[in-house]
Amino acid sequence: MNWSLVPQQFVTGILNGGTIGLIALGIVLIYKSSEVFNFAHGHLVMFGAFLTWWFTGGGAEPGAGFIDLPLWGAVVAALIVSMGLGLVIERFALRPMTGQPLLAIMLMTLGLAQLFEGTTAILFGVELKSNFPAPFSPSDVLVIPFPGAFGDAIRLKYTLVATFVVATLAAVVFIWFFNSTKTGLAMRATAEDHEVARSVGIKVRRVFGLSWGIAGVIATLGGVLLATVSGVSLNLSTVALIAFPAILLGGLESLGGALLGGFAIGLVQALVQASRLIEVRNSSEIAPYLLLLVVLLIRPEGLFGQKRIERI
Amino acid sequence: MLQINNIEVVYSDVILVLRGISLAVPEKRIVSLLGANGAGKSTTLKAISGLLRTQQGEVTRGSIEWDGERIDGRSPDEIVQMGIVQVLEGRRLFEHLTVEENLRTGAVFRRTSDAELRRDLDEVYGYFPRLAEFRRRTAGYLSGGEQQMVVIGRALMAKPKLMLMDEPSLGLAPLLVQSIFEVIGRINEESGVSILLVEQNANVALRSASHAYVMETGRIVLDGPAEQLAENADIKEFYLGMTQVGGRKSYRDVKHYKRRKRWLG
Repeated sequence: MNWSLVPQQFVTGILNGGTIGLIALGIVLIYKSSEVFNFAHGHLVMFGAFLTWWFTGGGAEPGAGFIDLPLWGAVVAALIVSMGLGLVIERFALRPMTGQPLLAIMLMTLGLAQLFEGTTAILFGVELKSNFPAPFSPSDVLVIPFPGAFGDAIRLKYTLVATFVVATLAAVVFIWFFNSTKTGLAMRATAEDHEVARSVGIKVRRVFGLSWGIAGVIATLGGVLLATVSGVSLNLSTVALIAFPAILLGGLESLGGALLGGFAIGLVQALVQASRLIEVRNSSEIAPYLLLLVVLLIRPEGLFGQKRIERI
Repeated sequence: MLQINNIEVVYSDVILVLRGISLAVPEKRIVSLLGANGAGKSTTLKAISGLLRTQQGEVTRGSIEWDGERIDGRSPDEIVQMGIVQVLEGRRLFEHLTVEENLRTGAVFRRTSDAELRRDLDEVYGYFPRLAEFRRRTAGYLSGGEQQMVVIGRALMAKPKLMLMDEPSLGLAPLLVQSIFEVIGRINEESGVSILLVEQNANVALRSASHAYVMETGRIVLDGPAEQLAENADIKEFYLGMTQVGGRKSYRDVKHYKRRKRWLG
């Protein structure tokens, strides 16, 4: 371990974890409300990033008078479109599958993933879009003095700090919504038992629609955050896959767990890079899964997952 | 007033479960529906509450009217909105929510101010003081009797005019059954809620109800004022487990399935 690198990597890891946690949240939300593991979430993330890029006028020739919104406007527009997209997916892909085996529904989400991959490629092209408007230039760096660290300071890119703040804020707002509002209560009730939820007058279909709408929004937000760090490309869906170990680590049913899982994964990925051994440094892709393996061996339901309450 | 006219219910398009049921629940009354397993009691309740459709069941004939308005074919949330709420069999609560959250889910569909919600919660705690102590507990860890209280309380939060109760005595100790039924009686009296009660425990069901129906294989075979039914010889023998004491038993009495047959008609 190269200890002088650890403080820097620690902070970077946590900051990266925010986005991972946010993306994980979207998957947990769908799983909680309908027990469907949404394999298409990564593609929603990717698609959201492309949408935002398109709304900023990224796809047009310069000065072609195409849609040309400032970044914030593009984000808002993309969020609205992706909310609608979530509703449409629920209405036309998931609702007709009601009552089918869960496996069939999950395969449907895999199909959706392929659909998004193809559609995005056709609409926006397959090459990396490097002209995603960055709110900060790469040289905007926050320097925090930290004696003992490499160069006696921790250097943080503004972009990274900003993504962390946005991701965490969004996650906290969403968790608050879920835990403290009436609609959130209806969603939690539906997540537990559809039939009982129906019996107390909750409009279960509306709850499903809402869940997918919110998941779409969260995905797009995650996509934008990933894009500001690494640009817009079809690869973003694969990058978003890192949310899977985060979810399993935190526990499939726990929103807070997903967020913390995201931090843990970000941390592990960054910390292995502080190693002196090249083999360990290069393992940042597999390290999260190793951690996952160990945690699941000890706690099969994840760190904060629900233990099934069974009265004997 | 709830009026069921000669309904037939079919599951999955082929399985005929109710073969022409008619019954009425007058305002502010308790009506019991008795019968053995598989008689179609729960199906009757689900036909009223609209939950049937999610189980591929359908009312194929007859009508269900609530205050003169047809409600068969309506969605469960519309029916709850109209003031009919079902308490499902087997203490089905939201296990991972707290007691108070469980109660609040019952009022989610209503537009309530915080003060109103508070008042309604206090009303439920008035009926079930024990729940007030446990309001922050995870509902899944409560005892069976307490869970039954939560489920009834949750239904009360909907401010219903009619409650459909499916076997509230299921799996509870006799003393608990008694206290639950006391509260059911109070809910009926104090809040003026009519109650359609499905029970296998005929004893307690007949005691609390004003009118009762006996179902068998999808038909109503007997009905009348509850006191009268409690005196009925067949009911006594088959549901209350009483036989004439002292009298000599003939073989015919032992073979009661033969006498039962005439109900199947």
